[in-house]
Amino acid sequence: MEPVRIPPFETFYVEHKDSVFAHLRRLLGQGAEDAFQETFLRALRAYPELQHGRHLRGWVFTIATRVAIDETRKLRPRGELPELATEDGLPPHAELGPLTDELPPKERAAVVLRYGFDLPYDEIAAALESSEDAARQAASSGVRRLRERSRQS
Amino acid sequence: MTSVPSELDTRFRQAAAEAGLLDVAYDVVESPLGELFVGVSDRGLCVISYEVDPDLQAERLARGFGSRVLRSPQPVAMVARQLDEYFEGERQRFDLAVDLRLARDFGRTVLEELGRVPFGEVTTYGALAARAGKPKAARAVGTIMNRNPVPIVLPCHRVVGANGSLVGYAGGLERKQALLRLEGALLA
Repeated sequence: MEPVRIPPFETFYVEHKDSVFAHLRRLLGQGAEDAFQETFLRALRAYPELQHGRHLRGWVFTIATRVAIDETRKLRPRGELPELATEDGLPPHAELGPLTDELPPKERAAVVLRYGFDLPYDEIAAALESSEDAARQAASSGVRRLRERSRQS
Repeated sequence: MTSVPSELDTRFRQAAAEAGLLDVAYDVVESPLGELFVGVSDRGLCVISYEVDPDLQAERLARGFGSRVLRSPQPVAMVARQLDEYFEGERQRFDLAVDLRLARDFGRTVLEELGRVPFGEVTTYGALAARAGKPKAARAVGTIMNRNPVPIVLPCHRVVGANGSLVGYAGGLERKQALLRLEGALLA
């Protein structure tokens, strides 16, 4: 396939800033502003490592989702993970973030977006730049992996 | 769709520059000669252009300096201020680092020599060629002037033909005339 050229960061930023902000607003509400800046600073840091300009939307949405997980994790120090579902009013994604640390990125994002943030599959598909079926599959294989892991431990 | 509040957009553009993550920060600034596209790298001023199509310019800069090109006014502010002072008649030399990394060999030597032509004076293509070590290269010097990455600051407007004619200017002869008039090197 013809390699897609990487656009100047300005072009990339202008093209995706509004939809990334909308995504972060859905995930974080008021906290979206700090997460927005952090998302694009991370993107800027990683930008020179990109090999081609394909799937940039999926790429930046994945970064945004990771930032959203990190932001919610700040609410609770590391290592204080609850045994079971939360009872102290913390949103479920704050718990799911660390628990899903070891999943492959796409599965992790799908699981967190579905079960942590309660996004419908069409929005997850948009965030991951994949089909709805693929998003559904990533979430269910992520969940399967988590189950296997909890059985082993 | 929700759009990014402009205050947040401004904050990000500034944070990106402050974090030292940009290959080139640029802005479009006003001048008596019309809008100018101005870009600054980590080494200094790298572009001034009368051609203010940001998409086109950003593509060019990305090819030459790296893909992290972002409109971010703060790093450009010092250049903008010195240009203002120059146009107000309050400044005769620019106190700016210039990034000439894309100019090579003779082209670079010529641009460095060009930087020594003082305010209010003119020289000729042949004389500049001679000062750069190749007295017969007047024509090549013409091409180098035409591609000067930072006109005004490197004063290619001060280079004229041996017979005193203005010859040419990437920004158009009217601008060359206006600059020389501003410097008192051209009557009326």
